[in-house]
Amino acid sequence: MPTIKSLDDLKRIREEALAKRKAKTTSGQVQITVAMGTCGIAAGARDTMKAILETIAEKNLEGIIVTQTGCIGLCEREPIVQITVGDQPKVTYGKVTPEVARRILEEHVLKGQVVQDHVVPL
Amino acid sequence: MKMIRSMVLVSGDSLSLERGAEQVLQALQNEIQAFGLSDEVSVMMIGDVGRHDALPMVIVYPEAAVYGPVRPEDVHYLVEEHLYKGRIANDLLAPVRELSGRIAWVAARKGTLPAEQRIVLRRVGLINPDDIEEYILHDGYTALGKVLTEMTPNEVIEEIKKSGLRGRGGAGFPTGAKWSFVAREKSAKKYIICNADESEPGTFKDRIILEGDPHSIIEAMAIAGYAVGADEGYIYVRGEYLLAQERLRRAIEQAREMGFLGKNIFGTDFSFDIHIHTGAGAYICGEETALIESIEGKRGQPRSRPPFPTTYGLWGKPTVVNNVETLANVPPIVLNGADWYRRFGTPSSPGTKVYTILGNVNVTGVIEVPMGITLREVINIYAKGMKGGAAFKLAQTGGSSGSLIPASLQDTPMDFDSYAKAGVALGSGALLICDENTCVVDLVKVLMNFFRKESCGKCNPCRIGTQRAYEIMCAIAEGRGKMEDLDQLLWLSENMYLLSNCGLGQTAGTPIKDMLKHFRAEVEAHIALHVCPTGVCKIKAFA
Repeated sequence: MPTIKSLDDLKRIREEALAKRKAKTTSGQVQITVAMGTCGIAAGARDTMKAILETIAEKNLEGIIVTQTGCIGLCEREPIVQITVGDQPKVTYGKVTPEVARRILEEHVLKGQVVQDHVVPL
Repeated sequence: MKMIRSMVLVSGDSLSLERGAEQVLQALQNEIQAFGLSDEVSVMMIGDVGRHDALPMVIVYPEAAVYGPVRPEDVHYLVEEHLYKGRIANDLLAPVRELSGRIAWVAARKGTLPAEQRIVLRRVGLINPDDIEEYILHDGYTALGKVLTEMTPNEVIEEIKKSGLRGRGGAGFPTGAKWSFVAREKSAKKYIICNADESEPGTFKDRIILEGDPHSIIEAMAIAGYAVGADEGYIYVRGEYLLAQERLRRAIEQAREMGFLGKNIFGTDFSFDIHIHTGAGAYICGEETALIESIEGKRGQPRSRPPFPTTYGLWGKPTVVNNVETLANVPPIVLNGADWYRRFGTPSSPGTKVYTILGNVNVTGVIEVPMGITLREVINIYAKGMKGGAAFKLAQTGGSSGSLIPASLQDTPMDFDSYAKAGVALGSGALLICDENTCVVDLVKVLMNFFRKESCGKCNPCRIGTQRAYEIMCAIAEGRGKMEDLDQLLWLSENMYLLSNCGLGQTAGTPIKDMLKHFRAEVEAHIALHVCPTGVCKIKAFA
């Protein structure tokens, strides 16, 4: 990692990161974010994450980035998974068990149909 | 399940009642039923709404539209327009006016509910906490850069003072003042401590911040270090927060690698580094002097004060001890300015507060809302009403040592000064909401058991007082209590407050005091009638 010695360095790194992100969204890449705070993990987010990674490996899917984040405040609906396809608006799913995660990958990521019965209205 | 989407309040002070508020309430109930909205809309009468020029007033949430004066014949139109069709009935709105107090901020966030105001949690749930690049992408470390290259330490402290930021750990001490006490000490070595021990039962706001946005704490501690002249910091993390510790460690490593921690940060001659110290599960170690003792490797017992940690803290050096949420407020204040921060919340307590909602409500979780929201709003809007439609009985704010808030105080704005005026404390931000099936004697008994076990035993009032209070509460719960016991309880709670060495003993009596102030009849029923009105306590007197 580069060492930052001035405000300009910080600005440059920020712009590079911004460009990287822009390239991701315009190329139609899929970003899957699993909420992995303690509440999410207690509700089974690790299993959900595992199921997502396994399914991606099984089906040889490409162009998908899987990341984690903290608690978004809806502890009641954990495990929560958020999906962004390209520059489309983010879709938030609640109570995502491994089975539901596979369904979401199948229907939302591959076919573009949102799995309505697990969407959390925000 | 009843899911409340809209809440309607009718003003119920004496002038409103004289002008027909009862009839308006009745008409509202009838109309809402006629439109078939009973399961989605709650209607209730509250006390004084804080302004008296257009009574009776009707306030509709979540839009926070203020209607007034409303006559019973206006109600049909109001319900049809606002609640059924979902648009604001403009011709019925109360005249816009320079406002102060609660209604002022109700009006100020018009149209913004139920969206929360996220300052502390703005990145939590959005970024990957293990990736410093994502933090930088969302304005991370810009505040530190600005402080080091453009501001003097004194300017930083003045900015924090001007913002009116108050400690979010529970006591509400002005942060800027605390920093200036340490800054003016002449010592070659000073320390910054982040209190992340968060052991109040039911509070988990700090965990959410540490797990979701660890870099914000690192940045804030470095800013605090620059402001007061410290070059070393400690984060005292609760032992159970394994994930938070892991993420903090990773974050500190990354910050060191990129030069945000270490020597000559941003090419200046300011150096700062952070250590992590984990607790071992003692409630008392959340008290700042016990926490300092614990870091020094001694037994976690509070020190006598004065001297305060600001003059004699860690290893005898001047030390700033700040809560996680307080620190998380610092970078946004530095970046956007004190005036921007003062736009949120109330004049005496600017900014936002993170609350954790738990108890007998439909939706539990975390919210960050401006200071000055009322308990009724939290329960009905964010928690989506009480579970099973039961009635709200009491709430405990701020974990075990917090106040019991009865239903009659649920329209008090939640900020430090309004709560102090009402004789209760805001505390650390846990909102334990209890319905009518909760027995207050049972609740206080459980709390006393907690204090009895967590008292460190250093001073007598706390060590013996909590034990005695627990024994008396047990006796009352089992139907063995006497009326004199209530005087004894009050005497105990008063003496614990006056004589204890630290916050634990001083606040341990709060639930007792509140119980006897607001729920005395229920306690006396246990003693005089040998009956638990809610049927929770197992009365053994006749068994």
